[in-house]
Amino acid sequence: MSIETISPLFGRLSLDWIPYQEPILVGTFAAVAIGGFAVLVLMTYYGLWGSFWRDWVTSVDHKKIGIMYMVLGFIMMVRGFADALMMRAQQALAAGGAEGYLPQHHFDQVFTAHGVIMIFFVAMAFVTGIMNFVMPTQIGARDVAFPFLNNFSFWMTVAGALLVNISLFVGEFARVGWLAFPPLSGASFSTGPGMDYYLWSLQIAGVGTTLSGINLIATIIKMRAPGMKMMDMPVFTWTALATNVLIVAAFPVLTATLALLTLDRYFGMHFFTNDFGGNPMMYINLIWIWGHPEVYILIIPIFGVISEVVATFSGKPLFGYKTMVWATACIMVLSFIVWLHHFFTMGSGANVNTFFGITTMIIAVPTGVKIFNWLFTLYKGRVRLELPMYWTIGFLVTFTIGGMTGVLLAVPPVDFQLHNTLFLVAHFHNVIIGGVVFGVYAAVTYWWPKAFGFKLNDT
Amino acid sequence: MTPLDSTQLAPVMVVNDHDHGADHDSPTQIGFWIYLMSDCIIFGALFATYAVLGGRYAGGPGPLDLFEPEFVAVETALLLFSSVTFGLAMLQAVKGNLNRTLVWLAVTGVLGAGFIGMELYEFRHLIHIGAGPDRSAFLSAFFALVGTHGLHVTGGIIWLVTLMVQIKMHGLIDANMRRLATLSMFWHFLDLIWIGVFSFVYLVRLV
Amino acid sequence: MFKYIKYLLAAAGAFALSGCQYHILSPQGWVGIQERNLLVIATLLMLIIIIPVLIMAVYFPLKYRADRSDLSDYDPTFEHSNKIEVAVWGIPILITAALGWYTYVYTHRLDPYRPLDHLQAGIPIEVDAVSLDWKWLFIYPEFGVASVNELAVPVGRPVNFRLTSSTVMNTLSIPALGGMVYSMAGMETQLHLVADAPGVFPGRAAHYSGPGFSHMTFDTLSMSDADFDSWIANAKSDGTDLGRETYLTLEKPSIADPVRYFATVEDGLFDHVVEMCVDSGTVCAGQMMMQDKMGGGGIAGIPNAAAYSYDSKRAIDGLGTLIDLPTPNPEAFHEAFLNSPDYICGPSARKEAVIHVN
Repeated sequence: MSIETISPLFGRLSLDWIPYQEPILVGTFAAVAIGGFAVLVLMTYYGLWGSFWRDWVTSVDHKKIGIMYMVLGFIMMVRGFADALMMRAQQALAAGGAEGYLPQHHFDQVFTAHGVIMIFFVAMAFVTGIMNFVMPTQIGARDVAFPFLNNFSFWMTVAGALLVNISLFVGEFARVGWLAFPPLSGASFSTGPGMDYYLWSLQIAGVGTTLSGINLIATIIKMRAPGMKMMDMPVFTWTALATNVLIVAAFPVLTATLALLTLDRYFGMHFFTNDFGGNPMMYINLIWIWGHPEVYILIIPIFGVISEVVATFSGKPLFGYKTMVWATACIMVLSFIVWLHHFFTMGSGANVNTFFGITTMIIAVPTGVKIFNWLFTLYKGRVRLELPMYWTIGFLVTFTIGGMTGVLLAVPPVDFQLHNTLFLVAHFHNVIIGGVVFGVYAAVTYWWPKAFGFKLNDT
Repeated sequence: MTPLDSTQLAPVMVVNDHDHGADHDSPTQIGFWIYLMSDCIIFGALFATYAVLGGRYAGGPGPLDLFEPEFVAVETALLLFSSVTFGLAMLQAVKGNLNRTLVWLAVTGVLGAGFIGMELYEFRHLIHIGAGPDRSAFLSAFFALVGTHGLHVTGGIIWLVTLMVQIKMHGLIDANMRRLATLSMFWHFLDLIWIGVFSFVYLVRLV
Repeated sequence: MFKYIKYLLAAAGAFALSGCQYHILSPQGWVGIQERNLLVIATLLMLIIIIPVLIMAVYFPLKYRADRSDLSDYDPTFEHSNKIEVAVWGIPILITAALGWYTYVYTHRLDPYRPLDHLQAGIPIEVDAVSLDWKWLFIYPEFGVASVNELAVPVGRPVNFRLTSSTVMNTLSIPALGGMVYSMAGMETQLHLVADAPGVFPGRAAHYSGPGFSHMTFDTLSMSDADFDSWIANAKSDGTDLGRETYLTLEKPSIADPVRYFATVEDGLFDHVVEMCVDSGTVCAGQMMMQDKMGGGGIAGIPNAAAYSYDSKRAIDGLGTLIDLPTPNPEAFHEAFLNSPDYICGPSARKEAVIHVN
């Protein structure tokens, strides 16, 4: 294919883009089609369509929406995990200069899809789901402030996830890495519909997340049980508040940035191009102004989960409640003044790098305080070593190591060596898996009885 | 001392449905405020973009070549007056005067439409002479910032018309008063943004 | 079987790690050594607090588990202690302060833009590196030679890199020598390194840059002055000429290029690459910025758009081959957009709008 075609209606997508010549994709499609068909048949056989539509799809119940977010997260995790396995298999097979089994065109998509899916549709879906399910019950509200909007936000997130999955069989996905730095993601260096899929799916899911953030802040401010003051709120609710403030403050930047890149690609504008005065460095700044708070959006609710689990299973109130609240607030504010540590290597000069390096290290202080508070909650407690507690101990160990590597990367000269390396990859997998995923598992096992009326078998 | 001590820290409240409504006014206002703040951040990003790219003409025309102060002044006046007339509509609505409310809302809508008409005319003119958004980074940033504001105003006008129909049908009931108050916030917010656009894009460059 | 599983695991771990290189921990240049030292200092500083935390995280839940025989030390009211609060805020703040001080000192000492003259290690040599799709071009302006995918540096003499890119963002990384800096089209960045020992060190592009990225590696040959001189002489005798035309051919996307040399390099080539105007007929970035300062090209400048265009000529597809984009014909599109809405979604839309070039 040596010609790029652009139709006003379908953009870069044309029938030629259906990958029927790729055996891996055709096989996957066959499996998905057969599995999907089986689900449809079974649902019809058991007459579940009515209840599926009434009780779930159109439900405005925050608990059901929370559960649906978790289901979405687990389904997308399978997809993201399959991507991870494919990447590692390719790297193993391609060792020593061999070709491996994936052409670069395919590998680059897998690599992009893995990051996008794991952050936006797994981790985000998980934390939003937990906040949706738990927070209103903790503050004694019957539902969130805008229940219909809540349902709408969820389906926007699903729409984004669906677009990513549709791109697997109709067209292609982006080949740019999870944050799609231009000029690589611009019209010239990412031809084909893949990058457009990326933009549309993240734009839709991102707006859904912003709306959900607005909804949950309004809920916490307006719908607390009578007499519950801010300082009476459970710590998880505090972390939910901090997270949603971050969402409302950060996601509009993502919306604007992706919109500008879309304009670049669709209307030939020049925000992030090399030529006509565009400036790709601006994208990198803008995307990280969203991107750094984003990682705190993922981890702060988990801090809340761990606080709840540790207190419950130690048979003690949380150690240092006020400290916990203030530490959360510190992290929330600080997360907006550290974004440049993601590109120390762009040549900003020693003073700028020092400033952002030190602000980053400062975040380690409130985070460290939180970890100590959890440890001193365990101290002199009566610790029941049940499943959520095991996940929590795993979290404490792994997340501490992840945090230490994070501070190492915050030292600019060290980052000059470690930037973009597997050390960096290991760091954020340590905090995202050891932090977010372990925390989510703790939350799922902890609140499972509340959601489904029975306790999971511990053994 | 029993392990249950800790749970007694949580306040035990019996919430009954009647009190619930009385204790909590509608969350719509605060929710809409938060939405406006998030919208404000979108405009913030666009202003920042314009600040970075505003001087990159790529051999093409700059503001002095393209913008006419008188035209923009009239455009601005239309939008500012529409804010005043919206205020008048609110005053009439508070007094419970249905017809005058509708009249002032209609005036607001017409002024807003006039603003949008002038903006579209300006865009069309620019594109016509070849100074479209793809000519330079400056023009891209200009079209994105001003165009986003224009889209918001267009959305506001559609909302306004819808609300007029609802007021006509149901009168100045509580729900409509709440909607009116929210739209009023939105309209004044757009006015505020336009003052930023006017000073930052047009005024600074032309002086 | 299970008896041996730990040996198997250890063997598997050793096998998995056998591919690792330890250039960051055993660097071969002053910059890399300083960075390694800082890495060690920072790690040790943090271990002061990390090790107790890790121990407590495992020890506390075990010691205070609910089924312990003696529950007399169970204290559910222990939820606040000023002493502990002071310690948990104070110790991290002290450690962060110490780390912050090291950060300040080392960040200024190891600023990639700072020349290494203070080492008094000999006369620096200049290297202009261009990240092309997907190979590195190293120009030696003092010798008038250039090489592709091979970098030679004399031992002990600082190397002053100027970096730029022909298309997308990239990063020059030679872990054995020290840190990296992005290369970006239309911009010049700098990096200063020095090799203290002879050897062959791997170098690579460390920022994902498209289909040929994983093959964008090169060897860094650190050699004695005499060897370096003969390397230069070899390039001069073995290579071809690198003029603007040759550069434009070289710049075209290619993957896993072999090492090659250029005997001469046209004067000012690198500056033209930085300013994105190797192609005659395009306006240099510096000139454009000067024009911008004067208020742009005015209405009269509108038709000159083609002279400012750079990216679309270099469009590639997912396998890294050049691809034609539809000719930008904004006037026709805008006319159609403004005058006939049918163009956008009418039935005849696709046929008209799909512009085939060739």
